[in-house]
Amino acid sequence: MLPSDLKAEQFSGYPPEARALVVAHLEVLRQLPLSFMPSLLREIIDYDYRFPAERKTIDSELAELSSLSPAQRREWFQPFSDLSLSPKLERVDWVNQPAQFTEQLSAYLWSTHQMDAFRKAATEYGNRLQPVMPTDSLSMPRLGIAIIGQGVTAYDAPLFRNLRKHGTYFTKVKPDNGLEKLLAGIAARAEAHPAPYGHWYIDGGQEANHSALLTCTSYHGLEPMRAALLKNIQTEIAKPGMGPEELRTHLAQLAISDIGVKGSGDVVLDRFQMKLFTEGSGTQIFSTTFAQWTTREVLRRAQALTMLVRFAPRQRQKPMNELLANGDSNPELDTVGSLVDADMGSYYHWLNQQRLPGWNQSSFLVWFEGHDKAVAIGPSLPRNTESSSAVDLAELLRLATT
Amino acid sequence: MLSRCSPREVSGYLGRSRRDFLRGAAGLAAGSALMSASPFVHGQKAAKKRKVIVITFGGGARDQETFAPEGQENIPHMLHDLIPQASFFTQVMNQGILGHYVATASLATGVYETLNNFSAVPPEHPTVFEYFRKDLRRPASDAWVVAPSNGFNRIGDSGNRSYGPDLGARVVLPKHLLRAAISGSTDYEHLLRDNYETPLYTPPIAGGEFELQQLERILKLSVDDFKAHALTASSPDELSVFIARRLMQQESPSLLWITMHDIDIAHSGAYSLYVDAIQRTDRLCAELWQAAQSDPEYAGNTTLFILPDFGRDADEDSGGNGFQHHRTGDAASRTTWMIAMGAGVREGVIYDRPVQSIDLVPSLGAMMGFSPALSQGTPIKELL
Repeated sequence: MLPSDLKAEQFSGYPPEARALVVAHLEVLRQLPLSFMPSLLREIIDYDYRFPAERKTIDSELAELSSLSPAQRREWFQPFSDLSLSPKLERVDWVNQPAQFTEQLSAYLWSTHQMDAFRKAATEYGNRLQPVMPTDSLSMPRLGIAIIGQGVTAYDAPLFRNLRKHGTYFTKVKPDNGLEKLLAGIAARAEAHPAPYGHWYIDGGQEANHSALLTCTSYHGLEPMRAALLKNIQTEIAKPGMGPEELRTHLAQLAISDIGVKGSGDVVLDRFQMKLFTEGSGTQIFSTTFAQWTTREVLRRAQALTMLVRFAPRQRQKPMNELLANGDSNPELDTVGSLVDADMGSYYHWLNQQRLPGWNQSSFLVWFEGHDKAVAIGPSLPRNTESSSAVDLAELLRLATT
Repeated sequence: MLSRCSPREVSGYLGRSRRDFLRGAAGLAAGSALMSASPFVHGQKAAKKRKVIVITFGGGARDQETFAPEGQENIPHMLHDLIPQASFFTQVMNQGILGHYVATASLATGVYETLNNFSAVPPEHPTVFEYFRKDLRRPASDAWVVAPSNGFNRIGDSGNRSYGPDLGARVVLPKHLLRAAISGSTDYEHLLRDNYETPLYTPPIAGGEFELQQLERILKLSVDDFKAHALTASSPDELSVFIARRLMQQESPSLLWITMHDIDIAHSGAYSLYVDAIQRTDRLCAELWQAAQSDPEYAGNTTLFILPDFGRDADEDSGGNGFQHHRTGDAASRTTWMIAMGAGVREGVIYDRPVQSIDLVPSLGAMMGFSPALSQGTPIKELL
């Protein structure tokens, strides 16, 4: 089937808001090429469970597509139309399984050496769309905080090597009550500028006491979901005919009710958390990967105004089968390895924050927990500079955000 | 171009060279000046004695954790011990599918293969092993592959009717051997990690892999000794190098291909484990070269190639998640490097001009005297 054949009743399996959105824009959707269309449906099909920022983005994209003249639409989508697709792809149920279609499309494009052309087309499309995306001014400049190195007593190798050139390296930070001060700082931001899913606290271990105004997710808190999912995966792997691609398809369709986990009552957050484990690679195994990937996804999807991530020690690398069987209830921890993971994770945190609107006004702080080293990046802080001023975390936060 | 430089000088030059490369400026002229002065000895007599070892530095390493200035601390052995003796190619491009099995198959055939990365199928086009054995009439014992378990058991020969299994390499999968050897014990499970690209799933093995009984017959290694050694190995690649060294001692193959895979732990998202694996692979490459130099069958007549199958995604590409995967097809994931050293190769020379990963097979053909007729690559003239 091609997009030109689309009918409203084909979307009866979509959640109500997603279905209404598609039906309202059916005319324009019919005119999009197959190489593009399912990627858009992949976003729309979960509309009912998406964060406010994502909904705005989808709304704006559909509005822009609807406003294009036929000639403009042809110009925008010609690079996608030029891609050659197989009849087999046309037979995929891409209306109800857009994610599976895009996976198959990706494999096909790689195998036919069209991936570079698709990549170029997608980049050009993104560039065209960028100016019309939501440009609401931020209620406050964005702030990212990464706390790394929990449990490490001493570490002599250099830290923050990727970030130092972008800000000021503080070497005499007073660490007392640092976590509490930073959590209080982001709680104050949430109180001053409330926004649904706007202010986040992510913990790679057990969450500390924090304000109810923050959206919080933690590796420890999601342990029941993680354990149930791993058990489900083990069961699926044992089934005849199961392969890596089949497993991925299975995971993409899983809901928390499928694995016997009770929801929190927040369907948006529940679904997001489930996807951290079904779409992330390594999040099921290493807490540092969970913290890094969650940070990335929160920034990409929810476009958080405030994001504090605290990395915790991950388990020492163990054989995959043992990890999946969860046979060791008291695993050894790799604190130094986790610090190295988190050091890189904090750099990715900053990079992902810089991809969002308002990047030139945003601030960032990374602190070696319990120690006197930190890097602060902010509009008024000098770059590639070292400071030996004795400051506590509250003062450091103030310096970064003013 | 360098000649007989100290490690410090090499390090400094590589840093500058890499930065130059990243800006798009290449030092081609310096490398080209040597083109008319090949030290390679041609002739049938020399070709018969020639040994070639290929190590794929896998699975997938970026410049910035290897030869770029900030990554050089992770590769002290290659930087200080190997590079001063080597020709170093700074831009090896992979224009094919960036999955480890399909990319390694492409390296081995000289054609960008399009097989399913997760299926145990042979490459469509003839492999370097088949060209080598057919053209030079070499026995099966003269071409070997040591590889990780996931899918690589079919890499020794192709589905091409004019070639195929009777002309292919023998393939040994050390982890698969170990799985058979331990038969129920869990003492060695830490070595069996497989297929980092789909870390929650381990595919079954099927095909003509090296049988356990052949440990004793060919490698002169009892199952007990093999198991005992496995206890001392810290990773699957360490076990692969152990088997490769044993093969060199017992069989002295003229064409030995070793596929490393520890580095692909990067898919788990743990940066420290990725860097640890790079450092380990760096050490193992140097150990294997040392082993060749101390073996009379290999010393003085062996050419070693070391190259990643491809890179990994750039930190700056928003479509990926940095080092973790190789999915975007960006320049960082497609661009890597190659070391060529030993017999017939100029020492201390750096070439910045782009070559393709599929150029390896025709280059090997030109060096060893066989004709890779269906390869789509071009012989690397700097190696001839």
